[in-house]
Amino acid sequence: MYAKRFDGRGFHDLRPMIAKVGVIPRADGSAFFQIGKTTAYAAVYGPRDLFPKFKQNPSTGILRCNYNMMPFSGHGDRVKPGGSRRSKEINMVMEKALLPVLDLTDYPNSVVDVFIELPQTDAGTRCAGITAASMALADAGLAMKDLVAAVAVGKVGDKVVSDLIYDEEAYEEEGGATDIPVAVLPRSGMVSLLQLDGGISAPDLRKALELARDKCREIYDVQKAALKQRFVEVHK
Amino acid sequence: MNKEQKDHLLQYLSKGIRYDGRKLLESRPVTIEVGISQSAEGSARVKIGTTDVMAGVKIAAEKPYGDTPDQGNLMVNAELYPLSSPKFETGPPGEQAIEVARVTDRGIRESKAIDVKKLCITPRELVWGVAIDVVTVNDGGDIMDAAALAAMAAVRHARFPALKDGKVDYGARTTMQLPISSLPVSVTVYKIGPHFLIDPLPEEEDAADARLTITTTEDGLVRAMQKGGATPLTIDEIDTMVKISLERAPELRKLLKQT
Repeated sequence: MYAKRFDGRGFHDLRPMIAKVGVIPRADGSAFFQIGKTTAYAAVYGPRDLFPKFKQNPSTGILRCNYNMMPFSGHGDRVKPGGSRRSKEINMVMEKALLPVLDLTDYPNSVVDVFIELPQTDAGTRCAGITAASMALADAGLAMKDLVAAVAVGKVGDKVVSDLIYDEEAYEEEGGATDIPVAVLPRSGMVSLLQLDGGISAPDLRKALELARDKCREIYDVQKAALKQRFVEVHK
Repeated sequence: MNKEQKDHLLQYLSKGIRYDGRKLLESRPVTIEVGISQSAEGSARVKIGTTDVMAGVKIAAEKPYGDTPDQGNLMVNAELYPLSSPKFETGPPGEQAIEVARVTDRGIRESKAIDVKKLCITPRELVWGVAIDVVTVNDGGDIMDAAALAAMAAVRHARFPALKDGKVDYGARTTMQLPISSLPVSVTVYKIGPHFLIDPLPEEEDAADARLTITTTEDGLVRAMQKGGATPLTIDEIDTMVKISLERAPELRKLLKQT
């Protein structure tokens, strides 16, 4: 039985979060998001001209994500710089996770670039990246239908949990761990990123997804508060 | 930068004024923060004005190089992330990133800042490998000097991981520091027209005719240099630039020692 979490949290609790917007002055929009020991920076550049030209779409702008772990951000060995099969896949699923809230039809032949960098990691990096990226897109002033919040839920031993850490992903007793990164459009509750690794029953999967939806609303409140902080008005 | 912009810049430099109101040899505020990434054995973040650079040190147990069987392996890498400037692109490091990495590497290597002989575990078999990675978060100018500073701050902050049967246990960190024998500091001096300045803004970097990065140690020796820009320099000008660097370095070294 997985009786107590490694870090002492309740099974449904998120780790402490920090969110800040406008952290990279050179970018058109930027954000920082930390959950537990996982930290993510996101910067948005564009809409800007897209090259090479054959990639241009005359009917809409496109979104391009670039996820990267800093070389010293890994759990053990140094992470070799440059893309990997893993980061390529993450780029793709991130784009699909963020696109539903964007409308880039006003920007034909253009690209909106989102760069995500992680200085320090303890699991949940693609989710922290998506959460930061959606804040950065809003900070860049792009029209959005909603934000996107993301968290990994899953099962560790016999318990359905939210926001797994590395130690939990490596849990090996009683069926081990199931890791389910989920991105949610908080206002509608719809799911725009869904991946799964492990082994989980259909009823538990449903429980985990409902947990993800609820937890993403908590993250959404943090995102909104951080975005509003940029435009606080002082009354005397 | 077009001619009109450069004329405008030069006109004000001759009055001793820069775009942000600084004097020519005045730096923006510099801050050094260590321990910014717990994943690394050592880490630091340097801000110079809006410029924001991170450095991390990873320590591994590896085979020594054939020509240095009793010395540790030292590597410096720099990544100019497209996150930090619209001018940086994705893909393998470009010439600017490689220059930052190599100049930082030379400063550390030539000043023997890290005593690589003390990084030998078993000659010919196992040595410590120290990888220093410098990355940019925001490019507000003067990346080269920020990178060198961040690299040394991360080196000073680094602690060896535990070693068990020739394998590194990254979960267990010791209190042992790297063998540091000097503190190299880089100051890059820019020449625009007849004027010398330090800590440039990106606009000033674009307008520069020449630059000279000068890395010095506390004994006053010049340990590494790199000239950039297509305009040649006279020996008198080089002399002036070296003096500017030597004058600026103690303050940066003091900041390093405070971390």
